[in-house]
Amino acid sequence: MGIYSFRGGVHPKGNKELTAGKAFVRLIPKGDMVYPLSQHLGKPASPLVKKNDPVLAGQLIAKADGFISANIHSSCSGKVKAIERRLNASGVPVDCIVIANDGQFTPAPGVGEEVDYSSFSKEEIIAKVKECGIVGLGGAGFPTNVKLMPKNPDEIRYIIANGAECEPGITCDDRLMREYTDWIIKGLKIVLSLFPAASGIIAIEDNKPESIRAMEEAVKNEERMSVLTLKTMYPQGGERNLVHAATGMYMESGALPASLGCIVDNVATLSAIYRAVAFNEPLMEKGFTATGDGFNEPTNFMVRIGTSLREITDAAGGLKEETRKLILGGPMMGPAVSNLDAPLVKANNALTAQLEDEVEKAELEMNSCIRCGRCTRVCPLGLIPQQMARACERNDIERFVKLHGADCIQCGTCSFICPAKRPLTQLFKQTKPMAMSYIRMQAQKKEA
Amino acid sequence: MNAMTLLLITVILLAVIGLLIGILLVFAGHKFHVEVDAREAAVREVLPGNNCGACGYPGCDGCAAAIVKGEAAVNACPVGGASAAEKIGDIMGVSAEAAEKKVAFVKCAGDCAKAHTKGSYIGVRTCTAAAALPGKGDKMCQQGCLGLGECVSVCEFDAIHIVDGIAKVDRNKCVACGKCAKVCPQHLIEIIPDKSMYAVECANIEKGKLVKELCDTGCIGCGICVKMCKFDAVHVENNVAHIDYEKCKGCGACAAKCPSKVITFREQPKKEKEVS
Ligand code: SF4
Ligand code: SF4
Ligand code: SF4
Ligand code: SF4
Repeated sequence: MGIYSFRGGVHPKGNKELTAGKAFVRLIPKGDMVYPLSQHLGKPASPLVKKNDPVLAGQLIAKADGFISANIHSSCSGKVKAIERRLNASGVPVDCIVIANDGQFTPAPGVGEEVDYSSFSKEEIIAKVKECGIVGLGGAGFPTNVKLMPKNPDEIRYIIANGAECEPGITCDDRLMREYTDWIIKGLKIVLSLFPAASGIIAIEDNKPESIRAMEEAVKNEERMSVLTLKTMYPQGGERNLVHAATGMYMESGALPASLGCIVDNVATLSAIYRAVAFNEPLMEKGFTATGDGFNEPTNFMVRIGTSLREITDAAGGLKEETRKLILGGPMMGPAVSNLDAPLVKANNALTAQLEDEVEKAELEMNSCIRCGRCTRVCPLGLIPQQMARACERNDIERFVKLHGADCIQCGTCSFICPAKRPLTQLFKQTKPMAMSYIRMQAQKKEA
Repeated sequence: MNAMTLLLITVILLAVIGLLIGILLVFAGHKFHVEVDAREAAVREVLPGNNCGACGYPGCDGCAAAIVKGEAAVNACPVGGASAAEKIGDIMGVSAEAAEKKVAFVKCAGDCAKAHTKGSYIGVRTCTAAAALPGKGDKMCQQGCLGLGECVSVCEFDAIHIVDGIAKVDRNKCVACGKCAKVCPQHLIEIIPDKSMYAVECANIEKGKLVKELCDTGCIGCGICVKMCKFDAVHVENNVAHIDYEKCKGCGACAAKCPSKVITFREQPKKEKEVS
């Protein structure tokens, strides 16, 4: 297969070299562990423990509430210290279970024990994924079991393992593909066993040659799997691009990948699926990159969910004094961090520490558009950010919707390229909720 | 010679057309004459003429017409207030029930000194934009005033300003048109009777301990005010107290005991006391 690319896109500075060569270091958390009840898309989980209850590592402490929700497990052993509201990384109070970590990590019975899953039925596999609280680890946190139950299981032709990792600076998926190749392949195999008509595609950007090599080696004897090399280009890892790469078709606005016969799962999610099914291991640990010039020692960690960002920061040699801004995730899409005492949650994959110059570069202002048209050229969805922004500024929701503004994935590509430094993506983010309710209203009107 | 005739014909033609139209207009004016209610003009004269639309009619003309038709009350204009209502009442021959003056009130006292901040907000400088981001603006409180002045930008009466990081209403200028309340993404602005003596200057929904981390003056939902009030006028809902302005007698018992000092006393102008 040739090297695939898509229409549009930009080339932010990769910054991968800071951590790409660094193997995972296992971080053993010492302090209290905090588990927000909402670490996924959908309804928050409901707590099953009370203050002072003893807990073991891998024990279910909050149960999925409703269809789109996810179980939450303790990743340490100890005692429940409190169930209270605490600030998340953005400084928003959220409901949390706090566990005083005894440092032993005594596993709950059955957790981590190898199981022979060869005779599992499809339902048993999906139930296991659900039980272990697996959610999309690429960032969105959508409950994986729900994704594995599309309405049209017989029409699923591609399971896409997303190893694009296109956000600058982040390398934990790259490391995972190199160090835990086997887990990903086995996870993909489990998912393929649910969809007999599907083949597996492992999609990787060409700036990760080692991962490509490792994966190509691993799929040699796998009939149903292949590796797809993507051109390094932001935002290559977006679902739409991956689906287009696999099928040659464009997803319609508002559609799910399943409508084109695809299921997209992050490589880290696949490895978690494998651990869940084969070792009865709930989602307790994940790869995480601490990167950026603001860290003294940028590092890739294997870190337990619930560990405070402060412990991670300290383990990465601490922050340099000149650090100006911390971002949860990568610089293109990640929100700013205001509270280091917040815990790492399931969908987090990186912490980026920026120095003054980078912060300044990214500082946007309400300048006027100079009509250069670059944003339109780079938008991976083929939208017209320039006109969408005008609609936002005039509060013209109808026009915004007409321009398909509600499809915007807030990838930040347009803001990145804009020479006038207009805060395009922020305008779209602010307008999207209004656009969604406008669309809903229109739909209701039609029905009535 | 030729050009001269042409010019002459043109001029005569135009004059004839003009004359015809003139006659037509005079005729039409007589035929379709509508009696303009003299009161409408008089009422229109009293209205302030801002054409702000706060009354709900298309401008002051629309409002005057509605009042004369009896569709709107004589005190329909919030801008003109009591004095306009009285004059319009005279014109219309009805006594204007003294319209109660209302004003906007911002339920946040977290100014730069009191509200704790978490960093500086970089981005579109409107409250709506900041409110759409996780973590909102630069304050830690998620319900408080973002201080970016979207309310200021919509106020046509220069009655609300950002002072020390929060929106402050100028009670003398505010006409309670409610535009600011509509635009505030934090839903912080309430239109209250101006004579209310006490109001809770906070909207934070968190519980005690956490509120203290966020702001020096947040309502901790302790309910002491509820216990202090003899008139059942204060209630705590969603961890924040709110005063029922109808029931409040202005005794100040709640404010005296509030540990967070978040029930604010609203000074009343002397002359109103004389009136009552
Ligand atoms: S943020 Fe939205 S409009 Fe801008 S490039 Fe990305 S998808 Fe297109
Ligand atoms: S009161 Fe509301 S609109 Fe006015 S500055 Fe505060 S947050 Fe913004
Ligand atoms: S916008 Fe608000 S402050 Fe200004 S006059 Fe109207 S109610 Fe009063
Ligand atoms: S006494 Fe003060 S802090 Fe306590 S509930 Fe009443 S207003 Fe809030």
